[in-house]
Amino acid sequence: MRPRRLVRYAKRVVLYLVALAFTAFAVFPFYWMLLTAFKANRDLYVGGTVLTHVPWIFNAPPTLEHIELLFRQTLYLTWVRNTIWIGLVVVAITLVLAVPAGYALARLTGRWGERLGIGVFLTYLVPPTLLFLPFSRMIAWLGLQNSQWALVLVYPTFTVPFCTWLMMGFFRSIPRDIEEQAMIDGYSRFTVIRKVVLPLGISGVLTATIFAFTLVLQDFVYALTFISAVPRMTVSLGVPVALVRGDVFYWGSLMAACLITSIPIAVVYNLFIDRFIQGLTAGAVKG
Amino acid sequence: MRPRWRAHPVLCLRAERVSAMETGFVEIRNLHKHFGEVRAVDGVDLSIKEGELLVLLGPSGCGKTTLMRMIAGLEVPTAGQILIGGEEVDEDVPPRARGVAMVFQSYALYPHKTAYDNIAFPLQAAGMAPAAIRGRVQGAAKRFSIGHLLGRRPRQLSGGERQRVALSRAVVRDPKVFLFDEPLSNLDAQLRAIARYELKELQRELGTTTVYVTHDQVEAMGLGDRIAVMNQGKVRQVGTPQHVYDHPADTFVATFLGSPPMNLLEQDAHTILGFRPESFVPRQDIPAGTDAAVFQFKVRQVEYLGADRLIYGAVDTPHRAGQTVIADLPVTITTPVAEGRAYEFAVPRRALRHFDAATGLARDRGAA
Amino acid sequence: MALPREARRPFSTSVAPLRRRTLADREDWLGRLMLAPALVYVVALVGVPFALALALAFSSARSGSLEFSWVGLRNFWTILPDPQFHRALWNTLRFTLVSQALVIVLAVTAAHVLSAAFVGRRLVRFLLLLPWAAPVALAAIGWTWIFDSTFSVINWTMLWLGLTKRWLYWFGEPQLATAAIIIVHVWRMFPFATVITLAGMSAIPQEISEAAVIDGAGFWRRFFQVNLPLLLPIITVAVLFGVVFTSTDLSVVYLLTRGGPYNSTHVLSSLAFQRGIFGGDLGQGAAVALFLLPVLVVVAILMLRTARRAEVGA
Repeated sequence: MRPRRLVRYAKRVVLYLVALAFTAFAVFPFYWMLLTAFKANRDLYVGGTVLTHVPWIFNAPPTLEHIELLFRQTLYLTWVRNTIWIGLVVVAITLVLAVPAGYALARLTGRWGERLGIGVFLTYLVPPTLLFLPFSRMIAWLGLQNSQWALVLVYPTFTVPFCTWLMMGFFRSIPRDIEEQAMIDGYSRFTVIRKVVLPLGISGVLTATIFAFTLVLQDFVYALTFISAVPRMTVSLGVPVALVRGDVFYWGSLMAACLITSIPIAVVYNLFIDRFIQGLTAGAVKG
Repeated sequence: MRPRWRAHPVLCLRAERVSAMETGFVEIRNLHKHFGEVRAVDGVDLSIKEGELLVLLGPSGCGKTTLMRMIAGLEVPTAGQILIGGEEVDEDVPPRARGVAMVFQSYALYPHKTAYDNIAFPLQAAGMAPAAIRGRVQGAAKRFSIGHLLGRRPRQLSGGERQRVALSRAVVRDPKVFLFDEPLSNLDAQLRAIARYELKELQRELGTTTVYVTHDQVEAMGLGDRIAVMNQGKVRQVGTPQHVYDHPADTFVATFLGSPPMNLLEQDAHTILGFRPESFVPRQDIPAGTDAAVFQFKVRQVEYLGADRLIYGAVDTPHRAGQTVIADLPVTITTPVAEGRAYEFAVPRRALRHFDAATGLARDRGAA
Repeated sequence: MALPREARRPFSTSVAPLRRRTLADREDWLGRLMLAPALVYVVALVGVPFALALALAFSSARSGSLEFSWVGLRNFWTILPDPQFHRALWNTLRFTLVSQALVIVLAVTAAHVLSAAFVGRRLVRFLLLLPWAAPVALAAIGWTWIFDSTFSVINWTMLWLGLTKRWLYWFGEPQLATAAIIIVHVWRMFPFATVITLAGMSAIPQEISEAAVIDGAGFWRRFFQVNLPLLLPIITVAVLFGVVFTSTDLSVVYLLTRGGPYNSTHVLSSLAFQRGIFGGDLGQGAAVALFLLPVLVVVAILMLRTARRAEVGA
């Protein structure tokens, strides 16, 4: 009896250790950002060959000077503002286009709608890498170089397919009976969408909003291609390419910016991840 | 036929005209619905009389739900006609304009609305004034004793309560036709019997023409003024429960109705003999002088079910030996029957049915 | 029981519903109408640029001007013999294949460990999602600091543990730069693949696993003959996504190494950016980017086949 129990404990411990290792690998860059953001410069800039100075902990009291620098003396807040308004406009465009399209594909277009749905999903896979060069030409035609409107125009190219696919799955999960009941109860299909489907799909719309916004936040390539004026940049572009003075990287402020931007997104993402996975794997789990 | 309480002048006129023409309130003519190669409904003619409760009975996939959905306007027929109250309802008459109310198997309550708003929803669609809506909703809720639940949302209600909300919603708008799609199958067995009784009473009281879809033959027998038995997209037989039970039109109806089903014996190459398990009794339990067919019944197994005994065994005919037969003996028959032994069992001749071996159709059709 | 008077009165309505079908009832037209705006947008802003991408590759377009003239295959004759292009093509393949192979192994292992019920699972899942949720560009800049040439915490730790004797210049040596890029890709993709695999595992009915246990299958047999085949479709989806994101990614290479040292870590996307945007030669950049197309076509086909197979199996 005894040894078997011991083996079970050992197995448990190994399990925890492996889980811990995986988690540590995933989290350690963020831990490092956290340390860096609050370390005093004299604690931060000690050469890595000095083995007596352990970089994993605070050797000097933490400081807020990097955060202060970030908010007071850099354009970080401007970039945040830019990102938010661009994000909101893109979300609005995305919802206007993707919600009706998602419903149409889920319910109104029958068999060819299913094929079209897969087509829409595949366009989500067309990467910015393939499109940024032709876009740069199109943006030049439109005279939108170095304008944030270029981003507003281009971002829906990935948010619309993704959110259409997401909404399609969402609308399909609403029982058909309920819609049919409403049609028998005296409403036209269109009114049914307005009075029954949309109230029921509100959490889907919310999910689509969140994901459209985070997709905008994550873009780097398009922003890099179209925006060169530093005050017009988004967070994802400004922080990595413009948060330097001269040739000097202000690592403390840089890492603070990375952390402050990433954590809220990660939290929100986590809340909606199940929907996201459902959307992505809808094809593999069920047709 | 029961008179309708409804005092709608136009409808009354139309009803008179329709009955004068000797046609049903809901008329279905050569209706087809094909999904690609599959013929879900394959040429159905059906006439549902005003005020009657007609049950569409059949195994799953027989087309009964598709038929009902076409009446509701949720499916467009491939071919054929549907008339409601003498008026043709084609593709151009959407569900909302057909004056039908439907109760789905799932009840299809709007999860985001309270019971009150669920019931009020069809009235709002009709543009009724809020005060009038209130009166009607409360009246219907009282009818189903759910007045105290009106503020709740569907997920806060039990199965039986949900069913009552769904019924209230169907009744409140005073429809021309009720369509019920297995509305009791989500209730547990005890609740189902009560709900069945209440439903029948409601329908009798309102006198609204009703189509009721089910695969449960007990429900069909208990509820229906008439039963239409469907299989493979076709109506096999229409008639009163008693008639369909006693005089099945073919071997499908014979075996689909009744539990245990009708015994079928291959008598010769051309004829199949049918008799109900409850007509198959020990010879001595048949009143003397009754003209009866006698069989040697080799008993294999006896089940005591309380109110009756089910006896499984085999019977030989000259055509084929060892054909499985079931006898259902009520407690009033006390003749001892033991497993592994053979007895003389008999069927009164008037309870015998004859079917054509090739087509399965009854030979003595309409003997009632 | 009788209906109260009020309820019995047949209703006369102020606004009777329209008897006839209108556009709002017609599913076919309503569907087309609701789909059209999104479809037009996608065709105009994905379809057209896509066609333009093809056209640019056969043109001499430059970023400074709007003129456009056909040059046939000239861009391809320029890049095909170019060793830098060979390097980029090879790197794209290498980075993608190596990182995705590691991702599969790590993700399946991690998912198995995590699916064994234990405390703090939700927290662990949240932490695992951080790399995927954080904007790539910001994560990449975080890693450049981790791999810093003077202050690298990895180097300090390895020296302290005695794993290395010399100082590693991560972005100064081609092999190390390659390793760094692959590490970042793996770090970014494996948590996502883990979470997807976990979702797939929770979809496998418990009874199947239990039946296998009762049938006497040991852990490894169960894993390879029961769990893995059942998980295959969902892992395929995760990996296909990984392939798309990794093979087309520009930000990691751009921010970590800018293609250096000595242009040794360029991938197709970064090379296309360098030639097309920095160099201003849109035509050549487009020609380089076009070589990503076969990868994407293959991924798309595999994706559709996985979806179809799952459909047939369901």
